[in-house]
Amino acid sequence: MIKTDAVIIGAGPVGLFAVFELGILGLNAHVVDNLDKVGGQCIELYPDKPIYDIPALPICTGETLTNNLLEQIKPFKTSFHLNQRVNSLNKKDGKWIVETSDQTIFETPNIIIAGGVGSFEPRKPPIKGIENFEKSNLFYSVKNKNNFSNQNICIFGGGDSALDWAVELSNNAKKISLIHRRDEFRAAQHTVDKMMKLKAEGKIDLYTGYQPKQFIGKDKIEKIVIENDQKELKEIATDAVLAFFGLKMELGPIVNWGLNLENKTIVVNTENFETNEKGIFAVGDICTYPGKLKLILCGFHEAALAAQECFKRARPDEKYVFRFTTSSSDIHKRLGIK
Amino acid sequence: MPKVTYIEFNGTEHSIEVDKGLTIMEGAVQNNIPGIDADCGGSCACATCHVYVDDDWLDKLPEQSEAEKDMLDFAFETKPNSRLSCQIFLDENLDGVVVSLPEKQG
Repeated sequence: MIKTDAVIIGAGPVGLFAVFELGILGLNAHVVDNLDKVGGQCIELYPDKPIYDIPALPICTGETLTNNLLEQIKPFKTSFHLNQRVNSLNKKDGKWIVETSDQTIFETPNIIIAGGVGSFEPRKPPIKGIENFEKSNLFYSVKNKNNFSNQNICIFGGGDSALDWAVELSNNAKKISLIHRRDEFRAAQHTVDKMMKLKAEGKIDLYTGYQPKQFIGKDKIEKIVIENDQKELKEIATDAVLAFFGLKMELGPIVNWGLNLENKTIVVNTENFETNEKGIFAVGDICTYPGKLKLILCGFHEAALAAQECFKRARPDEKYVFRFTTSSSDIHKRLGIK
Repeated sequence: MPKVTYIEFNGTEHSIEVDKGLTIMEGAVQNNIPGIDADCGGSCACATCHVYVDDDWLDKLPEQSEAEKDMLDFAFETKPNSRLSCQIFLDENLDGVVVSLPEKQG
């Protein structure tokens, strides 16, 4: 069990800045995120889109913002627990026990939920009853490419994941069928070119204008049925199906934590952004209060105020003194400034 | 003010006057019409404001951007008349537009 002053749920910009605000108060934090990288929506949805309303940064991309925040919190040597989702929160002797999907367990007086619009989960094909196949031969990611050797594989999607894997797996697969809803691809052009070359060589069968209609099989998918806009059907026998329909956001287990919710957001007070549960805070897009704006800059403010209350809960015997970063020698020490 | 009719998947119709300059997505969200999630808040980054536009209105719509076409790859059960409602700004030309909502978003 990891004991820490705060657990931050969500490694987006607001979660990262919460690390900073806690850090300059001398509090350590562990950050949990369901994605495989930090940055949240800024990295997953719009790494290259410019943002114009970060104070004192006239223009920056989601990626730059994330990198700058990581640079800013470097002195605090924060532990990130990626690829896992916080599943449960339980009260114990005035503290919280936090457990993740990877069975990482924390004990902490403070939880800061900076979860944006929830955790990113793979988007599933629009077919009823596919959960059965998720245990056998329907996949949303490739963990070990050797599992697909010498198989007939159907791949859905037109982005980088779908095309990268179509190209890569075609080396050892018996046959790849790539299915995409239109004849344009979002994937990088050089990957599209490679895929087209493999198609010409007969290693990849390409079906554009088709969408999944039905997966047939008992315990595993034996064949798929796809349909185009003219309602024409096609059947393809398969050993495995890879579906790359991107990620979607879901509030997930947060709804089970007894927090007051309003329109898929968590209700907080504006004094310290605490929820109806003592020691659980919500900041950034996931919180709501009268006048709330879903802006990164508002999230930064919310994180700063939540951190003050976190200090009181983590250091009940110490006196809190407000200090500026320009002049406080304590803060300079924490930032590693000599 | 342009009138927009939203038809839920279960058939429930909502006809609402929406301020000019707002998007079809914003009209739905501000009037609490179920069936449009708009997770990303209108930045064409999530495909959870997917609608089917009534065929009579298709040629009056602004052209689809590449970004919208890309994003529609992620929408649930797209059809030829699928659009992302955050990308359709309302003006007089769209007064009376009818959109149907998919069974679910994403």
